[in-house]
Amino acid sequence: MALRTYECDGLASYRCTPGVVVLAKTTDDVAYVVSRCAERGIPFVARGSGTGLSGGALPREDGVLIVLSRMNRIVDLAVPDERAVVGPGVINAHLTTAVASDGYYYAPDPSSQQICSIGGNIAENSGGAHCLKYGFTAHHVTGLQVVMPGGSVERFGGLAPDPVGYDVVGALVGSEGTLAVVTEATVRLSRSPQAVQTLLAAFDSIEAAGAAVSAIIAAGVLPAAIEMMDALAIEAAEAAVAPDYPAGAGAVLIVELDGPTCEVEANLADVERLCRQARAYEIRVASNDAERAVIWKGRKSAFAAVGRISPDYIVQDGVIPRTALAQVLAAVEEVATAAGVRVANVFHAGDGNLHPLVLFDESKGETERAETVSNRIIDLCLEHGGSITGEHGVGHDKKLHMGKMFNEIDLDVMQLVRCAFDPDGICNPGKIFPTPRLCGERPGRRSGVHPLQEAGVADVF
Amino acid sequence: MSSDRTVAGVSPARTARPLNLADLTNVMRAAAAAGEVVGVIGGGSKINQGAAPTGLDVLISTASMNRILEHAAGDLVITVQAGAPLADVQRHVASAGQWLALDPPEVGATAGGIVAAAASGPRRLRYGTPRDLLIGLTVVLVDGTVAKSGGKVVKNVAGYDLGKLFTGSFGTLGVIAECTFRLHPLAPARRVVTVATDEPAVAAQRVYASGAVPTAMEWDGATMTAVFESIESAATQQAADVVAVLASTGGEVGEVTDTVPAGFGARPWRPSGYGLKLTHRIGALTEVLAVVRDTLPEAELRAHVGSGVTWLGAAYVETEVIEVLRTALAAYDGGVVVVEAPVELKKQIDVWGPARGIDVMRRIKDQFDPEHRMSPGRFVGGI
Repeated sequence: MALRTYECDGLASYRCTPGVVVLAKTTDDVAYVVSRCAERGIPFVARGSGTGLSGGALPREDGVLIVLSRMNRIVDLAVPDERAVVGPGVINAHLTTAVASDGYYYAPDPSSQQICSIGGNIAENSGGAHCLKYGFTAHHVTGLQVVMPGGSVERFGGLAPDPVGYDVVGALVGSEGTLAVVTEATVRLSRSPQAVQTLLAAFDSIEAAGAAVSAIIAAGVLPAAIEMMDALAIEAAEAAVAPDYPAGAGAVLIVELDGPTCEVEANLADVERLCRQARAYEIRVASNDAERAVIWKGRKSAFAAVGRISPDYIVQDGVIPRTALAQVLAAVEEVATAAGVRVANVFHAGDGNLHPLVLFDESKGETERAETVSNRIIDLCLEHGGSITGEHGVGHDKKLHMGKMFNEIDLDVMQLVRCAFDPDGICNPGKIFPTPRLCGERPGRRSGVHPLQEAGVADVF
Repeated sequence: MSSDRTVAGVSPARTARPLNLADLTNVMRAAAAAGEVVGVIGGGSKINQGAAPTGLDVLISTASMNRILEHAAGDLVITVQAGAPLADVQRHVASAGQWLALDPPEVGATAGGIVAAAASGPRRLRYGTPRDLLIGLTVVLVDGTVAKSGGKVVKNVAGYDLGKLFTGSFGTLGVIAECTFRLHPLAPARRVVTVATDEPAVAAQRVYASGAVPTAMEWDGATMTAVFESIESAATQQAADVVAVLASTGGEVGEVTDTVPAGFGARPWRPSGYGLKLTHRIGALTEVLAVVRDTLPEAELRAHVGSGVTWLGAAYVETEVIEVLRTALAAYDGGVVVVEAPVELKKQIDVWGPARGIDVMRRIKDQFDPEHRMSPGRFVGGI
């Protein structure tokens, strides 16, 4: 087994060859390995599909990497209970495929859903384009079986709602693999909506598109998704996958509505009207699934697409209050211009989750400037009352930003949770919280084609 | 505050009513210095829930910490002090066409109390429970430490989510001081469909089959009420579709109205009686109702249909019956919590039943409250 296969996750700028890799097939396998680690004080890191974008599954030279992708069995489909029990290695999209004929789906839909695992989604509390209406992974996990860092197997929650005691499931989701190793999860299944409508609206400027978003929200419409791309992101998407968005757009909005047909049709008419009032100069409504796929293609490929217009780029993930959108984007533009780098903007506009892509050329010595701009964007998010990460997680990449969002006391209190689960600090140590730096550490950026993309198994979203 | 306030029948030696976060911190520090056992009370609407605490030196009331701190209407987010009554919050945000999508039935409940007790109501079917809407939290720990987690944006995955741990923790981890919630737009129209049925699970399947998305489906033992809240045309259409489906299957369907019936979402018990919360797999409702009818024929029942929560009220429930129900519900992955019972009896029974993962919960408790001075004994497993 080539250990280097596992030297990084989706954030390839951090690399570290793990001491040992274990491909676990059962909960017992995991419990055995973790117990041996606990006896000897050896750190371990759990890994799913390795598509994470914060270095959360970055291995350790002195530790064991526990790969869970072979624990990919759907254990139980309890459709009448609106639940499924799955192994952590089950691919997100496979669960939806398994229940689609029953009229159900698994709601969390990170853009990497064709390849990312549900276990990894649980670690990062993954979102996706549709979490505006349906929430994140945390809202869709009702039970977990885990191996504790001491090696014991524990269960929390299950098929029924409101389990008594502390909401340990809620604490585990989004803990980035630092509290325990998830070996089985019980998740919600959602009823497929009766109707789905997808609208693409083109605007002259980001400000106009932002005004349309505010108008839609103010009108009391809750779309399943509202996505925005700016001119540079559109340019990249056209170069990569040619979605044929309206020419000359300063920004496009993708609005998806779902629910009962009568509600979706009425909301669609409202959204069209509000977009026109915000001076959308072209509006397209997908009339079938194929047209819907074309609209989404440009958005979903946006991250990878910037590789077509820039040799190197950093994917940023920050959150702002939606109402501060225009202000923050203007500030980002100012920072980028002053630094002499370009920033393409792609975002989940409905919930203020920005994904600025900082473009640069390492061969021209622009790396440092790009990193400065990327970090400055996070500072801007915090200055406007937002967050350092909306869905990619803190992982290894952003732990130094944690001290800007939380004070030492807040972090100490979070540490209490850590200590309840992992007193010896062997469960994915060195992630989330600011600690001494680890091997192979370089600032977060990506150069060239990602190994998973190259292998044709994943796209970077 | 009135001196007759007790926690599940236990009277405090003294009470404190901090005016703000700094004041609360001082109260907690003083209690820590004196080694006092601390309890917390908001509106008092659920103060008899949980087991009787094993001690209570000082009862902290959040009644004076009742302010709305920030309502970012355009962002659909609100931050309130823990003692803010839900009714006040709803009145405030309604002026912006919004609401906090929580509708527990207890009158006088505060934001902090609703979070601490994880209280929910009929519309949990569509919007979930407090854990799903709480996005930020400020707490004061047993030693007076003030900590925050989460934030003021809905989407945020930075750091551990202490909000989840504190939601439903019944004052055993610390004092909730401030809460930030996600808000939802108020639907402009409501349509309410009622159907007489003793098989609510079957009626619910018919509602779903119509393609409609109800915000609540409540069954009161005889009638299921399905609520549709949306824009006018869509609420009307969904109600009409559901009426057609229910009528075609022989259901006795009432007139469609725009108000929920009296007693909608109320618990089926009386002050001096017994009230149990049964949880179970969503798909097991029919079986659970059969078990209850066999075990306790005189019980009054209400169900959050489609959510897996059924409420039971009775004048008297023997301790053995509670255990029989627990054994039966375990087959549906659920449990039985004794919510309401005469306080003297609460000291003799296991109010919560077994908790999955109790060892880990004890370790969490030990980290946050090593001396067990926060509402000791009130929670699962004697925590």
